Amino acid sequence: MTSRDAILATVRANQPAPVPVPGIPLFERTSRPLLEEFEETLTRMGGKFAPALAGGGLDGLVRSLFPDAAVICSATPEVRGTRALDIGADPAELADVDVGVVRAAFGVAETGSVWLSEEELKVNALAYLAQHLVVLLDPTRIVGNLHQAYRDARFKTARYAVLVTGPSATADIEGVLIHGAQGVRSLTVALVPL
Amino acid sequence: MKPIDHAEASSHFIEAKAHLEFHDRRLWDLRVKRDREAHGIPEWEELRNLASAIKEHTLSHLADYLEEFEAQAKSNGAQVHWARDASEHNQIVYDILSAHRAKTLVKSKSMLTEECDMRPFLETRGVKVIETDLGERIQQLDDEPPSHIVVPAVHKLRGDVAEVFARTIGTEPGNNDAHYLAEAMRRNTRPYFLGAEAGMTGANFAIAETGSFVVCTNEGNADLGANVPKLHIACIGIEKIIPKIEHLAVFIRMLSRSALGSPITQYTSHFRAPRPGTELHIVLVDNGRSQRLGMKDFWHSLKCIRCGACMNTCPVYRRSGGLSYGATYSGPIGIIIDPAFDIRKYSNLPYASTLNGSCTNVCPVKINIHEQIYKWRQVMAERNQLPLVKKEAIRIIGKVMSEPRLYRAAISATGLAIEHLPRFAVYNWLNPWGRQREVPEPPKQSFRTWYIENRRRQ
Repeated sequence: MTSRDAILATVRANQPAPVPVPGIPLFERTSRPLLEEFEETLTRMGGKFAPALAGGGLDGLVRSLFPDAAVICSATPEVRGTRALDIGADPAELADVDVGVVRAAFGVAETGSVWLSEEELKVNALAYLAQHLVVLLDPTRIVGNLHQAYRDARFKTARYAVLVTGPSATADIEGVLIHGAQGVRSLTVALVPL
Repeated sequence: MKPIDHAEASSHFIEAKAHLEFHDRRLWDLRVKRDREAHGIPEWEELRNLASAIKEHTLSHLADYLEEFEAQAKSNGAQVHWARDASEHNQIVYDILSAHRAKTLVKSKSMLTEECDMRPFLETRGVKVIETDLGERIQQLDDEPPSHIVVPAVHKLRGDVAEVFARTIGTEPGNNDAHYLAEAMRRNTRPYFLGAEAGMTGANFAIAETGSFVVCTNEGNADLGANVPKLHIACIGIEKIIPKIEHLAVFIRMLSRSALGSPITQYTSHFRAPRPGTELHIVLVDNGRSQRLGMKDFWHSLKCIRCGACMNTCPVYRRSGGLSYGATYSGPIGIIIDPAFDIRKYSNLPYASTLNGSCTNVCPVKINIHEQIYKWRQVMAERNQLPLVKKEAIRIIGKVMSEPRLYRAAISATGLAIEHLPRFAVYNWLNPWGRQREVPEPPKQSFRTWYIENRRRQ
């Protein structure tokens, strides 16, 4: 007998009596504006918000946030950056990127998360190898909570999908909170309508 | 095999005062933050009920859901392997790595690979394994297992970390700054992410409906390991399955809130299919789980989502440290899982509890942890696994309690004894209870004598 069949046979023999599956409510609440809750939660999770768009367009905005950045690499055509994102290249080549830019599909107010997949990122590693990440988000595309977020059909089709909530963080040394563990050191959301 | 002596091991932990105080305070702080988050969600108790019901439903249909998961994962282009036990798991992982001539593996935190003791297995076969979670890396470099399932190095102070890093990755000796130490590790690890041939993750949840799995982390290390190398291996215990994507919401809403008191982890990553031109291997591991599923009193422990809330709230865990349990899983959840792996080795663990029930009250999937601890005590007694002092004490107590005359004599004698005996007779090795506390002053009168007197007066 293969290990697979042996495991399944033991599981089948030992399973407890059937328990029915519960229905899951959406737990919708409408008491607060979604954008306000999103901003509050993401700030608590270490995320930042870009100032409103001024004269220099989106490239100018990114530059004003990171005046010293040598390499700005964008996965969205809305920002040119300083280097084009090479979709076919080894992801490790993104190691010297200072600022990555991407547009999120939507945000989640409850957790302050933005939703990204390979569709938005083009190269998944961009969101982790870059030193800083700028995320464009349409403020009208924010859902209330995770129940609503998980209704999104793209969870079933994306190869890789991630809810990103602030920059990478660790508190593994005496509970001291440090942003910039292994992934990005900062995450800035720019609220830019599509 | 000699049973693990938790009490003896704890006594060493308690001797290090600064460590003990920090450990206790830090974990209690996580518990307080957990409460704040839980109280912020009006439907929290309903979520706990739902989570428990989803897990019980899944475990009672586990074989079907495992088959569905496998079929979906395969149709997504992932390769699925099955491991009956730790040694099969380790061999499968090694075979995948050697087929790819992989010499370096960047891995994120996985209690399952700890359970399988995978790292030494691979290292003796020439594979360099780099733990990339900061706490886990500290433990790897110090050659210690993790002491907590969520915060692996929580028993160490910054000076300890500085000492380990100075010795192993060349940081300035004596520089205890946490930011400096974390930055040093970031710089040390980055070349491994860029050069490793393979990355490994565990999984917090695996979804039958989509054949995908979810990894919840804060440091960005799991997503680097999974998205930079061309080979991603995910090791998943068979109890991690849930039926549908919609069920994820219930668990993700509670996991990090219960673990760290944050609304969600920085990264909640869903892996369904390999990136073009790369391979994704999923190893489904049993290692005793299918047997535990058949244990009437203990199968509920398979609902565990490894948040660690029961550990943070446990007064015994906070004051004895994870390493004193001598097992992969420590704290209340460890006490009910470990004996299923080795009943003799872990026969003393069920006594590392006050049975206060706090673990049960904070558990997001409503495992009846303290009741299971109590049941394991009964199992130990039935299987003759009690330590001699306990066995003798229980025998005498049983006799005294069953005979009212003896009981009354013992009660008045105890009162007299505590009042009049010299300290060494009350506080000695036969009375571990009195080691860190004073025995309470005996009442002047027992309830029975008071009752008899007062009734006469009426």
